[in-house]
Amino acid sequence: MNDIYEYQGYAYFFFTVFLTLILYGYIIHLYRSEKKGIRDYEKYGKMALDDEITDKPIEEKSEQKKSVDDTDEKPKEQ
Amino acid sequence: MQNNAALEYDYTIAKMFVFSTILFGIVGMVIGTLIAAQLAFPELNYLLGEYGTFSRLRPLHTNGVIFGFTLSGIWATWYYVGQRVLKVSMAESPFLMAIGKLHFWLYMLVMVLAVVTLLMGITASKEYAQLEWPLDLLVVVVWVLWGLSIFGLIGIRREKTLYISMWYYIATFLGIAMLYLFNNMAIPTQLVTGYGSWLHSVSMYAGTNDALVQWWYGHNAVAFGFTVPIIAMIYYFLPKESGQAVYSYKLSLLSFWGLMFVYLWAGGHHLIYSTVPDWMQSMGSVFSVVLILPSWGSAINMLLTMKGEWNQLTENPLIKFMVLASTFYMLSTLEGPIQSIKSVNAIAHFTDWIPGHVHDGVLGWVVFMIMAAIFHMAPRLFNKELYSKSLVEKQFWLQTTGIVLYFSSMWIAGITQGMMWRAVDEYGNLAYSFIDTVTVLHPYYTIRAVGGLLYLIGFFMFAYNIYKTFASGKEVDGSTLQNKTPMSA
Repeated sequence: MNDIYEYQGYAYFFFTVFLTLILYGYIIHLYRSEKKGIRDYEKYGKMALDDEITDKPIEEKSEQKKSVDDTDEKPKEQ
Repeated sequence: MQNNAALEYDYTIAKMFVFSTILFGIVGMVIGTLIAAQLAFPELNYLLGEYGTFSRLRPLHTNGVIFGFTLSGIWATWYYVGQRVLKVSMAESPFLMAIGKLHFWLYMLVMVLAVVTLLMGITASKEYAQLEWPLDLLVVVVWVLWGLSIFGLIGIRREKTLYISMWYYIATFLGIAMLYLFNNMAIPTQLVTGYGSWLHSVSMYAGTNDALVQWWYGHNAVAFGFTVPIIAMIYYFLPKESGQAVYSYKLSLLSFWGLMFVYLWAGGHHLIYSTVPDWMQSMGSVFSVVLILPSWGSAINMLLTMKGEWNQLTENPLIKFMVLASTFYMLSTLEGPIQSIKSVNAIAHFTDWIPGHVHDGVLGWVVFMIMAAIFHMAPRLFNKELYSKSLVEKQFWLQTTGIVLYFSSMWIAGITQGMMWRAVDEYGNLAYSFIDTVTVLHPYYTIRAVGGLLYLIGFFMFAYNIYKTFASGKEVDGSTLQNKTPMSA
C-alpha cells in the first residue's frame, strides 16, 4: 500500500512539472513565433471588426475562393 | 458558389433562434420565479394540481433555461457570428440553409416533447439529463445537424484562420456531444425485460459510478453550455460593439487551451464527502482552483479590450451589459473554486449558497451576455434602430438589482443553513432540527423571489424592446451598423 502512495507522489510531481512546462512552452511558442515573424497573432483580432462580406479576409483561404471584393467592382460602403 | 454584387449574409436561421431564445427565456424565467415564490410560500404549490408542484416545475425551469433559452441563444449567435467571422453567407449554400431550418424545427419539436413529458412526470431522474431515451436520441440528431452546419460553413469559408469565437463554438459542440452521449447511456427497460413503460429506462451505470458520470456531465454542462459558448459570444460582440480589437489574441488562445484542459477534471467537486474515492474529491477541488486562471484570463482580456475606451460604458448600455457580464463571470469563477475547497464545501454543500452561485453566474453572465448579443444583432437582422435606449438602461438597473437581491439573500441563507446544520450542543447532539432552518430562512427566500421577479420584469422589457424594434423601429442606413448599435432615445 505504501508503494502506491510513493508512486502517486512521484506521478503528482512529474505531472505538475510536465504540465507547467507545457503551459510555459505554449506561451513561449506564441511569443517566439511572433518575434521571428512566422505569425502575427494579434492581427486575427481584426476578424471581429472587419467582418462585412465585402471586407478583405485577413488571410485568404485559397486562390480559388477569392473575397467578394476581389471579384466585385462595387465600391465598399463603409 | 458564385460571388456576386448582391451577396449578403443571410440571417433567416439566426432570426428563428432569436425568437426561440426570447420564447424559452420567458417560459423558463416565469417558472423560475414561480418556484422561487413556492419555496417562500408553499401554498403556491397547489395552483395547478400535480402539474404545478415544485417537483414537476423545477426540471422544467432548468431544462427551459438551459436547453431552451441558452441553447437558442448560442445558436442564434452562431448563425450570425459564424457567417461573419468566416466571411461566407448561408445564402451561398442551399444545403446548409436546409440543414439550418431542419436544425431549428427539429429542435422546437424536441422542446415541445420535453415540456410535455416533464410536465407529465416522465423523467430519467438525472439532473439536467431528465429527458427519457427517445428524446435523447432526437437530441443527438439535433446536435449532429448543428455539427453539419458548423463544419459545413467552415468548409466553404473565405477566411482561412478561425477566429477565437469559432474555437469556442467548436469546443461547445464537441464537449456537449461527448458529455451527453456518455451520461445518457441507458437501457430501455421494456425493450430488454418486456415489462413496464416503453418510455422508461435505467442508467447504464450504478451507484457511485453513476454519480461520478452524472457530475462529470453536470459540471461540464455548465462548462460547455454556460461558459464556453458565452465566451465565444463576448469575444465577438464586445470587440465589435466597442470597435476595439480584442486586447490580446495570444491570451485568448492560452485561456482557451487552459480552459479545455482544466474544466473536464473539476466535476468531482460536486461529490465532496460522498462515497467517491478521496483522491477524486481532492482532484476536483484542485482543478476547480486552477480553473480560476483560464477563466480570469478571458474575463480580464475582455476588460482590457475596453482600455482607453471606458467612456463607452456610460454612453452605450450594451457595453454596460457586456462589461457587467464579464465582471459576473469573474465573480462566479472565483466563488465556485472557493466552494470547492473541502473545508468550505463542508458548510456550502446542499445549502442555498449553491443555487446562489449558479444564479449569479447565469443571471449576471449568461443571460446578460445573450441579451446584449441580441440587442446588438436585432438592428442588423431587421435593419431597424433599436427601439428604445432608455428602456435598455432601465432594464439594466432593474435586473442588476434583481441579481444582487438574489445572490446576497442566498449567500446569507446558505451560510446560515450550513452553520445551523453543523451546530451541536455540549453533548454532541444537533442543536437545530430541519424546520428551525426553514423558519430562519423564510425572509431570504422571500427576498430571492422578489429578486427573481425584478429580473423577470427586466426580461419582459427586453422582449418588448426587441419586438418593437422588429415591428416599428426606425429604418436604419446600413453604413451606421459598423460598430455601435444604433438606438432611439
